[in-house]
Amino acid sequence: MKRFRLLLTGLLLIAVLLGACQAKDSAPSAAFEDTFKVAVVMPSAINDLAFSQSMYDALLAIQDWMGGEEAMEFVYSDGMFVVDDAAAAIRDYASEGYDLVIAHGSQYGSSLQEIAPDFPETSFAWGTTVDTFGLDNIFAYEAASQEGGYVNGVIAASLSESGVLGVVGPIETGDAKLYVDGFVAGAEATNPDVQVNVNYIGSFSDVALASEAANTHIAAGADGLTGTAQMVVGAIGVAEENDAMWFGTQASQSGLAPANVVANQVYHWEVILKEIVQMIADGTFGGTSFVVDLANGGEAMDYNADYELPAEVMSLADDTVKGIIDGTITIDLGE
Amino acid sequence: MISDLLSMTVLVGILASGIRLATPYLFAAIGETFGQRSGVLNLGVDGQMLLGAFTAFYVAITTGNLWLGILSAMVVGALMGLAMAFVTINLHAEQGISGIGFYLFGLGLSDLLFQKLLGTVETVKGFSKVYIPVLSDLPVIGDIFFRQNILVYIAFALVPIAWFVLNKTTLGLKIRAVGENPEAADSLGVSVARIRYFTIILGGTLSGVAGASLSIALLNVFQQNMTSGLGFIAVALVYFGAWRPWGVLGGALLFSLVNSLQLWVQVLGIPIPSDIAVMMPYVLTILVLVATVSRVRAPSALTKPFERED
Amino acid sequence: MSNSSQEKWYSKFFDAALPIFATLAALIVGAIMLLLLKVNPIEAYAAMWEGAFGSQNALAETLVKATPLLLVGLGICISFRGDVINIGGEGQMIVGAILGTLVGITLVDWPGWAVIPVALLTGFLGGAIWGGIPGFLKAYFRVNEILSTVMMNAIAVQLMNFLLRGPMIDPSQAELASKIPQTARLAEAFRLPRWIPTRLHLGALIAVVLAVLVYILLWRTTWGYRIRAVGQNPDASRYAGVKVKNYVVLALVLSGAFAGLAGVMQVYGVNYRMITDGSASGFTGSAGFNGIVAALFGQLHPIGTIPASILFGALLVGANKMQRVVQVPSALITALNGLVVVFVVSSEIWRRRRQRKRLAAAAIEGEGTPPDDPPEIDISIQSEVNS
Repeated sequence: MKRFRLLLTGLLLIAVLLGACQAKDSAPSAAFEDTFKVAVVMPSAINDLAFSQSMYDALLAIQDWMGGEEAMEFVYSDGMFVVDDAAAAIRDYASEGYDLVIAHGSQYGSSLQEIAPDFPETSFAWGTTVDTFGLDNIFAYEAASQEGGYVNGVIAASLSESGVLGVVGPIETGDAKLYVDGFVAGAEATNPDVQVNVNYIGSFSDVALASEAANTHIAAGADGLTGTAQMVVGAIGVAEENDAMWFGTQASQSGLAPANVVANQVYHWEVILKEIVQMIADGTFGGTSFVVDLANGGEAMDYNADYELPAEVMSLADDTVKGIIDGTITIDLGE
Repeated sequence: MISDLLSMTVLVGILASGIRLATPYLFAAIGETFGQRSGVLNLGVDGQMLLGAFTAFYVAITTGNLWLGILSAMVVGALMGLAMAFVTINLHAEQGISGIGFYLFGLGLSDLLFQKLLGTVETVKGFSKVYIPVLSDLPVIGDIFFRQNILVYIAFALVPIAWFVLNKTTLGLKIRAVGENPEAADSLGVSVARIRYFTIILGGTLSGVAGASLSIALLNVFQQNMTSGLGFIAVALVYFGAWRPWGVLGGALLFSLVNSLQLWVQVLGIPIPSDIAVMMPYVLTILVLVATVSRVRAPSALTKPFERED
Repeated sequence: MSNSSQEKWYSKFFDAALPIFATLAALIVGAIMLLLLKVNPIEAYAAMWEGAFGSQNALAETLVKATPLLLVGLGICISFRGDVINIGGEGQMIVGAILGTLVGITLVDWPGWAVIPVALLTGFLGGAIWGGIPGFLKAYFRVNEILSTVMMNAIAVQLMNFLLRGPMIDPSQAELASKIPQTARLAEAFRLPRWIPTRLHLGALIAVVLAVLVYILLWRTTWGYRIRAVGQNPDASRYAGVKVKNYVVLALVLSGAFAGLAGVMQVYGVNYRMITDGSASGFTGSAGFNGIVAALFGQLHPIGTIPASILFGALLVGANKMQRVVQVPSALITALNGLVVVFVVSSEIWRRRRQRKRLAAAAIEGEGTPPDDPPEIDISIQSEVNS
């Protein structure tokens, strides 16, 4: 018995050491002589519980991974929804000598196309899209938000007793539309008779209208709601009030309605940021596009610990995730 | 599909939503009506609302006392009103523009305070729906009118109160006189400055409550720029309502009801592009005003500073 | 009398510099906010100065930012003098830009020297229409222009969203999953020439030339005279046979047209395509509102609006630089923007008082009509009547 325990402890020790070594080896901070400087330009606030916050959190994670503030420092310009001002910011950061300038907003692309050629020694990253304009110092990144949307849709349709689901969207475009289409596809694939109602409120910030949009769904019989973008906090409140299920995306929204949030699709931009940093360390400043999806862990399903998910639904969700990853499930984003 | 719109569920849903949506517009627009009736245009309403919304939320979440939240929103709104009044009455600043300045200030400051004092988006346990013994149980009427929270009722109650004050009290008479003919009012011993200070501060107070109604009653959350231009619509509604409280009520209801209608239009799958649907309340407001060509003129002294010839 | 002309020079300088003093006062209040955020105000404002004026690039950025402010401001000069409040600049910029961009993405086979004028003119007309509708509604249906322009702003945004994610979307975007709501990029030949290596584009020069033209319009043409007459005294004008309704419409049409031009210039001079993020200010940068402030800074005089918009542009550009250097949330910049507006608008009272004293002094000295150039006097009378 004693020998066995000794062996176990020894194995454990080795595992831990290996793990620690592994972590250290992954971070290429050794490759950078000076502090790795990153600048990011974002369209909304860093605490919007949506798009911008997910990138801000990812950068914190990267900073941690690289070894703290001495290894990597980052600055940000938030609230840059004026494309013109964002362009000036991107150009300015590049000329200030930042190693990596992240333009976290699809509206910044046009500006980037002009700025990047002027700064061949700077690496740029642009989301959310796959277009690098054929330039060798732009990385592009995108989120396959329809994947998590699909999984959410599957869970929602399985759990729904009324057979009606509601979606509150901002504007029918880009990342939002991808998520919504994925959700609808997932729900309909699980239960062909399910009714998924969608309304787009025409704004990213009108919380009151989002709230009433959710009320509309409740009145139409929905017992499961979802939505995307920062104004969605209004809809979450309605879900809570009416004891409906909520499915989140872009960030974990469980804290806002612990009894009602079932699952969230969370973005882990750090997954691709790590690759980008590694490539920069190796001397490549761009030319590749990345996708965060369920396969590479850039997107992950985060289940609310406070919500009791029945076992068979949980395994259905897991199977769905697996299916998307290995390609057996294709998401039809029909027009 | 269009016939679905006429089903009971949908109609009840539209009406109930419309009443809720109208609440912040009512608070803000009634307050603005007083100000405009006395001759002052305040375009900074949205900024006052945002500061009021944040203050109410912060106080509610730290003290747990909702009425204290309302009170602090009123104080903050009144302070903004005081600043606006000083700038308008004592410094004769161009009203439309000073209003925009206050709007930007309120927008920025509320966002800044939110980021520094709270940091994350969270929810608060706000005012809950009031249950009235018999009325709430009425089949259709109950669902629409009597399952709302107390701030909704207060907002609607403000309309007859405002009408009464403006038309049946001496104060109202003075306000109207100051707005129509400040020189004459002044010569009759009415302090134009005092009346305008009162109406502007009142307007600010009500704007603060409008914001609070969003953050601790209807939505129970604060987000940067959560009003999304609501204050400007409220000011526009004062013109729609021809400076009369009942007219303003009509405008607020029209706008809000069409807004909830367009949400249903999308849900019921009526094939209108979402952006066109979202346009509906704005287009309809203009069309209704065109159709009801009004003979009413603005208060003559609106936006004109007053200076006493000593 | 050299004494009084020396005085006059000094007074005029003080009046012109008043907005600057007011801005400084606002920045001092801003400094308090910075201190509360544990930021060194000196460092912050040094960054602001550097961002606005500190290099060739900075100056170019300031002028690029000032261009739409100037154009919108010119339109505001016209409308305010016609006693019409136009807060629909945002929507007018958007519609002007939409129509102007449509030209560029449709007439792809035309040469640049043909497309640019056509596009700018189309943008001008687009804004004219979007301003004309509230004008028409005001003149013939008594619909107040504040209400109609606020509504039209919102409608323009939804129109932009609809067109940019649908009929006008970049064909290459329509293929991709990302579906960014933007138009195709304008061909190289269609873009306004730039002063390389900066972003300063021809539009800035066009705007200055237009400022002179607007001055001529307002003070040297019948149209302009009538617009001002209607603005000062509609009843007297009607009595004198001027068709007041037409000039109310004209004031809003012209005002909207200049805003529309500002919008199309942003596309052809700066962004080279039209993109939406769902809001008006994402495209306009709030130039529709800030232009009003610039016009007021410039005493509602077209020539005065030029330095005023440069000052305001410098403020906005410098503030963004400040945000980057000291890393304050951009919310602070918005609040600062508001403070500057309030302070400058409030400082007007001193200029008016001094103007009145000067008039009174001139009358007492028996100099008859003060010998200043007409526009100066016009302004003071204007504000007298409107006070």
